[in-house]
Amino acid sequence: MELFTNQVLAGIATGAIYACMALAVVMIYQAIDHLNFAQGEMAMFSTFTAWQLMQWGVPYWGAFVLTVAFSFAGGIIIERLLFKPLAKAPILTNVAGFIALFAIINSVAGLIWDFTIKQFPTPFGSSPFLGSQLISTHQAGMIGVTVVLLILLFIFFRFTRIGLAMRAAASLPESARLVGINTSWMIALGWGMAAAIGSIAGMLIAPVVFLEPNMMGGVLIYGFAAAVLGGLTSPFGAVIGGFLVGIFENLAGTYIPGIGNELKLPIALALIIVVLVVKPSGLFGRPIVKRV
Amino acid sequence: MSTVQEVVTEAPAVEAVPKKAMTLGYGTSLVVLALLIVVPLFVKNFIIFQMTMLLIYALAVLALNILTGGSGQFSLGQSAFYAVGAYTSAILMEHANINYALTLPLSGIVCFGFGYLFGKPALRLSGVYLALATFALATAMPQLLKLNVFEPWTGGVQGLVVTKPDAPFGLPMSQDMWLYYFTLAVSIAIYIFSVNLLRSRSGRAFMAIRDNEIAASAMGVDVAMYKTLAFGVSAGITGVAGALGAIAVQFVAPDSYTITLAISLFLGMVVGGVGWLPGSIVGSAFIIFVPNIAEGISKGLSGAVFGVLLFLVIFLLPHGARQIAVVAQSLIGKLKKS
Amino acid sequence: MTAMLNVKDLRAYYGQVQALHGLEFGLNEGSLTTLLGANGAGKTTTLRAICNMVRSTGSIEFEGAPLTGRSTENIVRLGIAHVPQGRGTFTTMTVEENLQLGAITRKDSAGIVSDIERMYDHFPVLKQRHTQQAGTLSGGEQQMLAVARALMLRPRLMLLDEPSFGLAPLIVRDLFRILGKINREDKVTILVVEQNAQLALELADQAYVIETGRIVMSGNANDIANNEDVRKSYLGY
Repeated sequence: MELFTNQVLAGIATGAIYACMALAVVMIYQAIDHLNFAQGEMAMFSTFTAWQLMQWGVPYWGAFVLTVAFSFAGGIIIERLLFKPLAKAPILTNVAGFIALFAIINSVAGLIWDFTIKQFPTPFGSSPFLGSQLISTHQAGMIGVTVVLLILLFIFFRFTRIGLAMRAAASLPESARLVGINTSWMIALGWGMAAAIGSIAGMLIAPVVFLEPNMMGGVLIYGFAAAVLGGLTSPFGAVIGGFLVGIFENLAGTYIPGIGNELKLPIALALIIVVLVVKPSGLFGRPIVKRV
Repeated sequence: MSTVQEVVTEAPAVEAVPKKAMTLGYGTSLVVLALLIVVPLFVKNFIIFQMTMLLIYALAVLALNILTGGSGQFSLGQSAFYAVGAYTSAILMEHANINYALTLPLSGIVCFGFGYLFGKPALRLSGVYLALATFALATAMPQLLKLNVFEPWTGGVQGLVVTKPDAPFGLPMSQDMWLYYFTLAVSIAIYIFSVNLLRSRSGRAFMAIRDNEIAASAMGVDVAMYKTLAFGVSAGITGVAGALGAIAVQFVAPDSYTITLAISLFLGMVVGGVGWLPGSIVGSAFIIFVPNIAEGISKGLSGAVFGVLLFLVIFLLPHGARQIAVVAQSLIGKLKKS
Repeated sequence: MTAMLNVKDLRAYYGQVQALHGLEFGLNEGSLTTLLGANGAGKTTTLRAICNMVRSTGSIEFEGAPLTGRSTENIVRLGIAHVPQGRGTFTTMTVEENLQLGAITRKDSAGIVSDIERMYDHFPVLKQRHTQQAGTLSGGEQQMLAVARALMLRPRLMLLDEPSFGLAPLIVRDLFRILGKINREDKVTILVVEQNAQLALELADQAYVIETGRIVMSGNANDIANNEDVRKSYLGY
């Protein structure tokens, strides 16, 4: 029993990574109604930017803020330049665009910063949290930041005019235009916000998984899985989904024999799919009724 | 948390290819066929090998076109079926001494079954969720192939070496050339089969499901049966492609069949034109040659160059190579009139 | 009197299919006009063309300014509110959020708050349900909400597409009474597209009849209502 509880707690700790990434995933899904495969790479690039700033002597929090701002702008620029022209193209073509973006960012990052692993600092230190062996202060900090982000997003969407406009544009774009909302710019804004959240996720994750161009590959998939599990329309669901995925992954690794590291991912995905078959809109998602 | 359901009247995620544009005209088809038959007689063995791989990947893209462009189901997992086809063929050839040609239908049948079995639980999933499920399948496959319990058959991480066949009846051609014409014959047969499938009643059922699943079901189409059938057929064809690939490359190993292959096949489908069967060969050419071109342009930034080239293609041709064919057809039509 | 809205030679297309064939009409300021016609005649297309929601050629002028080339949201910002077919309510948001969205382009928060109160005066049932999700409202209530949302823009011109659709006759009468009130008291010019010709002609002062993408009849609503030939040929009663 103690092993079980320990694995659950450890799962929550690692799950904070996925929860944070999942928030960025849900953010972009709200804006554009699909998943951006390049999001992990964008987060990775942002994290490298922060690292570079620190190499140049900028203190941690300065680099953090600059990176978030840079990522926000970068997300908007990428959307305006590369995806606005594809707005009328079929979805699958857009997906090919995400894949192309992935390839470009990964390659450029590899060229600028090469593939050797780098250390990335954490503002929270890495001593055991409250004396527990399972959660370090950094991991506790991750959970804290994720929760704060979630609250800020909630306030943004519920209580600000622009948040309301974004929700409207995502929900019924044509009606949104009929009240005067520029839905095209709402999409750009969604990209900017998703990139900013992604950069925060990257900067929190890097101290744990170490900084290198391929660091976000696995994390992104788990982030998708967590977002889907939680329900793609629910930021709260995404966070819970992230923790659950962390727990699944740990429990699967502990209790299912013969599962090496490599099979953890497909098993986690399989578990999520089982949940989806039962609850197709995810745990906290809004059920979608399809009309002919 | 809201209790209100969101009512969605969705446009189909996969757009229909207009019926007239579904295949190349007779003239164009004959020209392409003539080229495919004649060119290998004049080039080196290595080029012949590349042309064989071109046909093999075209088959795999074709299979994906039937599944996604035909029945509207997304799959990022084709590499798994390709791998199963390849390994089935390799195991039959090396452990059971079965003739290489016979392994093709056997691989096809095994993969059809595998695809059908996967299609069944996948019935309840669509769009993003199905993509995730097929993605899981694709990432699991290399690991499954490495599992110790299968090693006596699969050769574990090292894989298996496959013997390349000689031309039969003592025909005076190299192994590569024989394999090429063998692959060409199989490809033509599968292409004709696929075109007829999409034109048949089953094909219409697929497309009805793709365009509007609920309406199709209301009209009496057995959605469950056709969806799993589409998965099965698509997997079967991919399996045959995998078998041919194993023979052409002369070995199978788990890390040859990763998610990268699945993503490449997806890109091949988009570049060729989703649902446009003739485009499969264009898509295949893209995924075989463009990465090499990218590496030629810049070794350090080959991924970035590839990405840029891909963007160029999708900006110019958001609906894939099919758009060129449509433009060409209307030009030829105008020339005929004048 | 120069017309507030002037439509000339309007041709609209859905892909290759042409739906409007050179439509011409004008709306005077302060008028309540109805556009009548059978299914498929082009009524909805006309409204959509005014708001640039469908590909079209020709000239549309609003208070002297040309509308062609502007995006839908920019046309709306000029003061044209469009209540679309099917109402277009944001079903997952509350009644009050829907009203706030109607005013999303306005900057005067005090004015917005007082306008919301005015909407609740016009439509008391909305006040009752103001924290409920719009999707839980009945058809008639959603129609009222759609009209109220449009009014939150403080529009100069309001376009309504088949507001009576799917509603019980009593509710339609109620709705039309309110529309008349809005037209007279708030000085909002209104163009109502309707299939229910009888009720629409009772409400409106001007009427146009459209058939296969062209205006075939225009004039005073009363005259058209009393003209048996017109009624039988074009309006089916």
